[in-house]
Amino acid sequence: MDSDIHDITLTVNGTTYNGRVESRLLLSDFLRHDLKLAGTHVGCEHGVCGACTVLLDGEPVRSCLMLAVQANTHAISTIEGLTSPGGDYHPLQQAMHDHHGLQCGYCTPGILMTMTAFLDENASPSEEEVREALSGNLCRCTGYQNIVDAVMTAAARMRS
Amino acid sequence: MSTRTFGQPVKRNEDRKLLTGQALFVDDVELPGMLHVAFLRSQVAHANIIGIDISRALQRPGVIAAYTADDLGDYWRHGPLLVPPPPIPGTIFNERTHVPLAKGKVRHVGEPLVIVIAESRYIAEDALDDIDVELEQLDAVVDLERALKAGSALVHDDVGSNVSARVRQTKGNYAAAAAKADRIIARRFHYEHGISSPIETRGVVAQWDQRASQMTIWDTTQAPVFVRNGLAAMLGLNERNVRVIAPFVGGGFGPKIMMFYPEEVLLPWVSMQLNRPVKWIEDRLEHFFATTHERGQIHDAEIALAADGRILGIKDVFLHDGGAYDPYGLTVPINSQCTLLGPYVVPNYDSTFTQVFTNLPIVTPYRGAGRQHGVFVMERLLDLAAHELDIDRAEIRRINLIPADAFPYNNEIIYQDFAPLSYDSGNYEPVLDMALNAIGYADFRQQQHEARAQGRHIGLGISCYVEGTGIGPYEGAKVQVQSNGKVSIATGIGTQGQGHFTVFAQIAAEQLGIDVTDIDVVTGDTDQFYWGAGTFASRGAVVAGNAVNEAAKVVRQKALKLASDLFECSEDDLVIADGKVSITGVPGKFVTLGDLAARANPMRGAVKPGTEPGLESTQYFGPPSGATANGVHAMIVEMDPRTFDLKILKYVVVHDCGTVINPMILTGQIHGGVAQGIGNAFFEKLAFDDQGQLLNASLADYLLPTSLDVPRMELDHTVTPSPLNPMGIKGAGEAGAIPVGPLFAQAIEDALDLKNKGVELLEIPLSPSRLFELTRKAKG
Ligand code: FES
Ligand code: FES
Repeated sequence: MDSDIHDITLTVNGTTYNGRVESRLLLSDFLRHDLKLAGTHVGCEHGVCGACTVLLDGEPVRSCLMLAVQANTHAISTIEGLTSPGGDYHPLQQAMHDHHGLQCGYCTPGILMTMTAFLDENASPSEEEVREALSGNLCRCTGYQNIVDAVMTAAARMRS
Repeated sequence: MSTRTFGQPVKRNEDRKLLTGQALFVDDVELPGMLHVAFLRSQVAHANIIGIDISRALQRPGVIAAYTADDLGDYWRHGPLLVPPPPIPGTIFNERTHVPLAKGKVRHVGEPLVIVIAESRYIAEDALDDIDVELEQLDAVVDLERALKAGSALVHDDVGSNVSARVRQTKGNYAAAAAKADRIIARRFHYEHGISSPIETRGVVAQWDQRASQMTIWDTTQAPVFVRNGLAAMLGLNERNVRVIAPFVGGGFGPKIMMFYPEEVLLPWVSMQLNRPVKWIEDRLEHFFATTHERGQIHDAEIALAADGRILGIKDVFLHDGGAYDPYGLTVPINSQCTLLGPYVVPNYDSTFTQVFTNLPIVTPYRGAGRQHGVFVMERLLDLAAHELDIDRAEIRRINLIPADAFPYNNEIIYQDFAPLSYDSGNYEPVLDMALNAIGYADFRQQQHEARAQGRHIGLGISCYVEGTGIGPYEGAKVQVQSNGKVSIATGIGTQGQGHFTVFAQIAAEQLGIDVTDIDVVTGDTDQFYWGAGTFASRGAVVAGNAVNEAAKVVRQKALKLASDLFECSEDDLVIADGKVSITGVPGKFVTLGDLAARANPMRGAVKPGTEPGLESTQYFGPPSGATANGVHAMIVEMDPRTFDLKILKYVVVHDCGTVINPMILTGQIHGGVAQGIGNAFFEKLAFDDQGQLLNASLADYLLPTSLDVPRMELDHTVTPSPLNPMGIKGAGEAGAIPVGPLFAQAIEDALDLKNKGVELLEIPLSPSRLFELTRKAKG
């Protein structure tokens, strides 16, 4: 066996984790199976569907295109950290619920991570901008319209 | 009085888990000591297997076991025929079902050859490279017409041809009708449908507990009950010793029901061999080969018309690509054959199809399930007829619609559920009118003129369809009031995002006067409920929904009876609302449903003879035949005549699926269907070369619609209840996807004025590059 093993330390949703990983271990597999944070989903493992999106130091990244070892020393945010500590929905979670923005819900964690980061950057997006920002996340169930409406509603609620 | 929730846009009970990352999907199942599986799959479409050597793989550290077909012994056998052919006289059907691991021959790329079990998925995949396979490659059968010519390679040598099935169905006498016709229009149509590609691929986890003699299987299936019963038989276990759980499933759309996928058969067996839990999760590349597809048909169709545009008859002869095996019988081509007739009066019909074996992955239903192909042929024939007879395209549809007083309307042929194709109810013309209004049909020519003056090419499409939904045989449901006053419902169907946790709760809430959020629905766990067929053919809400309704009605009766005994009053004096039974007009005189449930399960004393304990009932519902929904889609597009880039300016859906349980969820189903229809019509195509290799097996190459491709949709509906079930509902799962192909073709022709340029769009998909080819060919 190669001694291709690394010790890594990173935070996920503010909690510090230490891990011992093979260099080839994907960040998505590390989160899902080593840390048992299975809310991050995997749809393609080749960077297209966006289901695996997490935030790396606040920026959306595809955890299937990153190695766990590359996340060493970084701060990761996942779907499990999106509600408030008391369990209240983020405004986008609430709006997704209100607008029926999810059906099977498999794409949903990636969409929530992508679009909450987007709303942090752009507080008053147009529908065009929302569709553009969403276009890297595939959803096979909803036809996107209700997700777009949810993002617009969340933006409005977050502004007021 | 609790607020009525039936028919309201009630928000979903299931959302919270999904929105917070707490929902359990199959790949989230983690068990101590779990092993991981990878499959070595054939890289060629057609070959004799000379030898497979797994010895090097077994030596790799971390590899626990590997098996070929020969290692399976008696467990290796052909899969069952999931859907036998309907009893149509003269039908030819050559049953050749698939196998768990290829033996002797491989028949499509991706067919599994070896299963490898290792400590991690990474090691299992490494070990695939250690396996030596010697194959003798054969010519691949890919082209449908060549497949039927003498001298073609044979997918199954013992069949003697590549005919999987041939079926002819007729109504009236087409030849006689054609002899009297004023006009006959004949064309050849090609329709491709693609891969359902849910964002969650398939997966199976199997855990054998030797002490308890208990097998537990987590499976992304749409039909857990049948998987349990079938696997119990194969494994030599009692049904009650096998539990199949279809937890949250990330989309299905049809292909997640197939009896049985090789992985479903192999994982439980491996778990018993090794006495360890095992997991297999399909990767996206595998999904393109190992999960079933829908694909192409070639239709040679003709329509016979009277001068006024009335349809006198239709004749259609078509080829259907069935893939390498035919475990799903004839469901897809029968749907094409039947749905072609649409909402129209077609007095004479003569339709023959041949299902062809090819060296390509197996074809089974994917949302629409062959209906698209038929609707495309009919709608295009009507467009051609309108053009040739110089009749308005909306008008030619209108004059051929089945009139409202003609229901139930018997088409005199047999449908996929073995029952005559009879439409239960409908009122089609108002749906057409609403769609024409909503799209602005009356003013469109003017609008088009003005756009052209500005150099813009806009076009309109309109198409009609029916959808046979809610077929039998049956589903069941158990409804129970618990002593805490909450209600639990269990049904046997699986759920993949259709909102069952909410719509079933709404149905029970209506009967039991309790809040939807106080109702807990379990689907897809055979330890909770083990009768029923599964989720397919837009039947979940119709068939299982009615079973829930029946069970809830019985529970309601039981509650009233118990309360009337308790209060010594007549049941007529009681009302159920807000979780309690009260005496009308006597404030404060009530008993909660929870208390009644506790009383119905006494710890001491005696009960009357025949008393059933608990506030609980299990009921079943089986419709006599399917309920037929209908609709009209209309669309305005703008085309760039040089790049063939297409922009949808307006999209309208008007439909009728009977009584609506939850309009919010229904709207979502339509949105999603239309999105898949757009992918199908515009660009989704499984591109195989002549050796059966798939050239676009990744989501970077096989494009799914994104938020930039799917437009905002305007929806409206009418309500014509189905007489075939007490709630009057019809299914809606597939409606959105069905008529989008002909809509595209018609709107693009209109935008680019192709009819007058001698270009007819007789195929789907119509990607920009394909449109470029077709129009260039016409220019010569
Ligand atoms: S799983 Fe990472 S982008 Fe699809
Ligand atoms: S909700 Fe199913 S993929 Fe988006």
